Amino acid sequence: MYEYEVIIIGGGVSGCAAARELSRYEIRACVLEREEDVCCGTSKANSGIVHAGYDAPVGSLKAQMNLRGNEMMELLSEELDIPFVRNGSFVICKSEDELPGLQELYDRGRANGVQGLQILGRDEVLKKEPNAAEDVYAALYAPTGGIVCPFELNIALAENAYANGIEFRFNTEVQEIRRLHEGYELVTDQGSFFARFVVNAAGVYADRFHNMVSGRKIQITARRGDYCLLDKSAGSHVKSTIFTLPGKLGKGVLVAPTAHGNLLLGPTAVDIEDKEGTNTTREGLEQVLGKVRMNAKNLPLRQVITSFAGLRAHEAGDDFIIEELEDAPGFIDCAGIESPGLTSCPAVGERIAGILQERMGLSKKESFNPVRKGIVKPHTLSKEERARLIKENPAYGNIICRCEMITEGEIVDAIRRPLGARSLDGVKRRTRAGMGRCQAGFCSPRVMEILAREWNTDMREITKSGRTSKILAGTNKDTWRDKA
Amino acid sequence: MIDSTWADIVIIGGGPAGLAAAVAAKKNGAGRILILERDRELGGILNQCIHNGFGLHTFKEELTGPEYAERFIRQVLELDIEYKLNTMVMEISRDKAVTAMNREEGLFEIRARAVILAMGCRERPRGALNIPGFRPAGIFSAGTAQRLVNMEGYLPGREVVILGSGDIGLIMARRMTLEGAKVKVVAELMPYSGGLKRNIVQCLDDYGIPLKLSHTVIDIKGKERLEGITLAEVDGRGKPIPGTEEFYSCDTLLLSVGLIPENELSGGMGVELNPVTSGPRVNESLETSIEGVFACGNVLHVHDLVDFVSEEAAAAGRNAAAYVREAREEEDREAKKRIRLTAGTGVRYTVPETVSVSRMDEHLTVRFRVGGVYKNCYVSVCFDSEKISRRRKTVVAPGEMEEIVLTKEQLEKYPDLEEINVRIEEA
Amino acid sequence: MEEKNLICINCPMGCMLTVAMEGSEIISVAGNTCRRGDSYARKELTNPTRIVTTTVKVSGGRESMVSVKTKEDIPKGKVLECVRELKDVVAAAPVRIGDVILEDAAKTGVNIVATKNVEAK
Repeated sequence: MYEYEVIIIGGGVSGCAAARELSRYEIRACVLEREEDVCCGTSKANSGIVHAGYDAPVGSLKAQMNLRGNEMMELLSEELDIPFVRNGSFVICKSEDELPGLQELYDRGRANGVQGLQILGRDEVLKKEPNAAEDVYAALYAPTGGIVCPFELNIALAENAYANGIEFRFNTEVQEIRRLHEGYELVTDQGSFFARFVVNAAGVYADRFHNMVSGRKIQITARRGDYCLLDKSAGSHVKSTIFTLPGKLGKGVLVAPTAHGNLLLGPTAVDIEDKEGTNTTREGLEQVLGKVRMNAKNLPLRQVITSFAGLRAHEAGDDFIIEELEDAPGFIDCAGIESPGLTSCPAVGERIAGILQERMGLSKKESFNPVRKGIVKPHTLSKEERARLIKENPAYGNIICRCEMITEGEIVDAIRRPLGARSLDGVKRRTRAGMGRCQAGFCSPRVMEILAREWNTDMREITKSGRTSKILAGTNKDTWRDKA
Repeated sequence: MIDSTWADIVIIGGGPAGLAAAVAAKKNGAGRILILERDRELGGILNQCIHNGFGLHTFKEELTGPEYAERFIRQVLELDIEYKLNTMVMEISRDKAVTAMNREEGLFEIRARAVILAMGCRERPRGALNIPGFRPAGIFSAGTAQRLVNMEGYLPGREVVILGSGDIGLIMARRMTLEGAKVKVVAELMPYSGGLKRNIVQCLDDYGIPLKLSHTVIDIKGKERLEGITLAEVDGRGKPIPGTEEFYSCDTLLLSVGLIPENELSGGMGVELNPVTSGPRVNESLETSIEGVFACGNVLHVHDLVDFVSEEAAAAGRNAAAYVREAREEEDREAKKRIRLTAGTGVRYTVPETVSVSRMDEHLTVRFRVGGVYKNCYVSVCFDSEKISRRRKTVVAPGEMEEIVLTKEQLEKYPDLEEINVRIEEA
Repeated sequence: MEEKNLICINCPMGCMLTVAMEGSEIISVAGNTCRRGDSYARKELTNPTRIVTTTVKVSGGRESMVSVKTKEDIPKGKVLECVRELKDVVAAAPVRIGDVILEDAAKTGVNIVATKNVEAK
């Protein structure tokens, strides 16, 4: 039996942003995550875009959170030592007929409070983005649009929350929520947890938990999006994020550089039944590779190194739900957090902490430290600094992932730091080892070796992403031994 | 500070190409040669190729990969050629300053008079094929599985499907079987196998493993560990044919779907690359677009037989030694007169791409690959518009590298020659 | 008389060979384009053999495994038995190329030898 003042269900960006904001106060709180790591659901598979804020309807919570989140991202990325670039974004249209559509976005953006919006003609667009589609007619340009690494953002929020006293429990799946006289009992596969307040940041499962305690049902649909990621050699094909104006041919996809210099294409949007359905489909990938020609020309589509699918948590009301439930006091929803959820997460966290502060009368924690230092990235250092680093710790001289040039030092740091990596994916999302053009072909045996050494376990126990995702089935000839 | 030192020839990579280049360069009078190898030992990919079939051309006997490597490693040691292990080359500048890194020495720089690129190749990943489905544990490139099984003794899985019938895929079908796994099927997208006939018979037929040509994986099932894959037959354009889907339960999928020369360093220093081979463009000396920078082995173009890698690398080593000795005449360096070597009908590329008659040896082997399977055809060579030779072949296939040999004597008879075209003519 | 079909492995042509047999005696080989096809068919149908390559564990070495092979080719039918015999064999480092790891594998009279050097730790 475990008791907390606040339990947050879900270690995605929303849950971890809430945890980090809560850690500013004197509080006993815990994040329950069913996977072995943070950033394992929607937060790990999305566009990594920091939206400017012209999409969401005026007056919606989405619009409010988007603007505030965008504004907060700059300071947050500095405090958390994560890559964030305001690379600007374009929404391009192809004919004069579509101009009213652009104008509508422009007006909505202005009404939402987006700064610096401009409608540019073809020549100006092509001057700024020479590889934009040749038949561009005009575009809405938003200089405040940006890109961020979703993994690092999520992980850094968690690490900083943890450093400021929030607990995290992994491999802990909430199965049932019982309302008590005061507070809630969360029944999990690891026993029961009690909390006065619950924050429901369970992504595509937020409806399940909401509906356990409330009579006013909500429904979250998993909306799948397929993506293709291109090699870094294609990363500078465009500088900004390029969207197309939704038109006769339906909603388009985006073409954007990533915070680490790859090129990202996608996503599709298909509502599915299976909330675990993160499989890409042939139709989806073909759609992405077909549609991107609307955005940009000369795309080197042979440089695809991987494809993946993510699920957006789409709520029927089409807006974020971030509030305490009227019929379930102490239960705070953070539901329907689809795009622009990543952009909004700092604001979402702030809002949730605000609600709890008001309800609980929390006092500020003197010792709160907003600064988190990331894993040292040797390739960002000067040669002299790098040489010094290797002298202090020779592991930084040993390249493990040759595509991304990631050293043993970085991998060991990723494992040893608080809430450290336990699996290949954990190492990958923290360091980028295995994220390059060979997609872990060369480095995975080496990373497994380091994981086994650091966790003092056998190579055969190492997983791709926890639970039953073991990489190895055994040793040579053990089948012959079993049969003997 | 970063230490700077020098060498006559720095060789990037201590695999079969790097080793053979080093030995040849030393025997041809090069002074200080330094091999930089990123792995823990010399020998490169040969260390994990424990099957036999290597060396029939070079040593007239059949060796395993590690044995073949050892023959060259021994020569490197006997010739006192320097090498550094666990050392990653980070960058090479256009003027041949090689920046490398390892645990002991940190970052260091070596100024080279000549550089030989011998970094080898990497495997194409799943993403390059856009295979849809989940992304569970249990999907390996064949080479990764080969390393795990053959060098580290770990079995990646017990029920295996292999996509791609290149030689590594075929070889791994046998290896996994002998180590106790059940290989259910090998699927190949093309209507023909990319591997040697001998490997199809001895790695698949011997163990009753079916080979499904014109088939590909269209779905991957299993969220945590692989649970199965769906195969489908493909039409002439590689599109799956509805109704031909077949599910195979398996915990492992090995991908043997092609190799890509690793030319990030070459590209970084400004070496011109050929988009067909993904390797550097080279002349008769295997010299790239940067003077004094040579390339050989799988970094230049993907080979089928290591014996040809050794032969090619030895030529690169000799030429680099000559370059360092300044044995080439000043006017030769200018190489003012170059004959272009071009790939005609049915031929995908040639290596090299240019020839200087004054600089070539008495014989020059030109290697090339064809774009499809041709039976009872001719390999024709044209000097400008004149057909010079026409050699009958019972069969040529993309999986087998072909060659023609040009002689200096022959070329000297054509002082105004501009282009040599190699093509396939069907009978 | 019995007919057997096999694919010639000598070149990428991959000729489909048809072999007529009387018991264990070969009467004729057809379908081959060259003489190598004929001799391959005769060997493969009367006495097929293979070199076996695999791995065994190493104790006290810098590497945990060493690659090995049958010193000569062994009857094809003995391949799996040979591999099974190696399941519990452990070679003590240092191991040199050519060292005998197991004598008379699967009673073929052929030794298993190391194909790689493994230094002691």
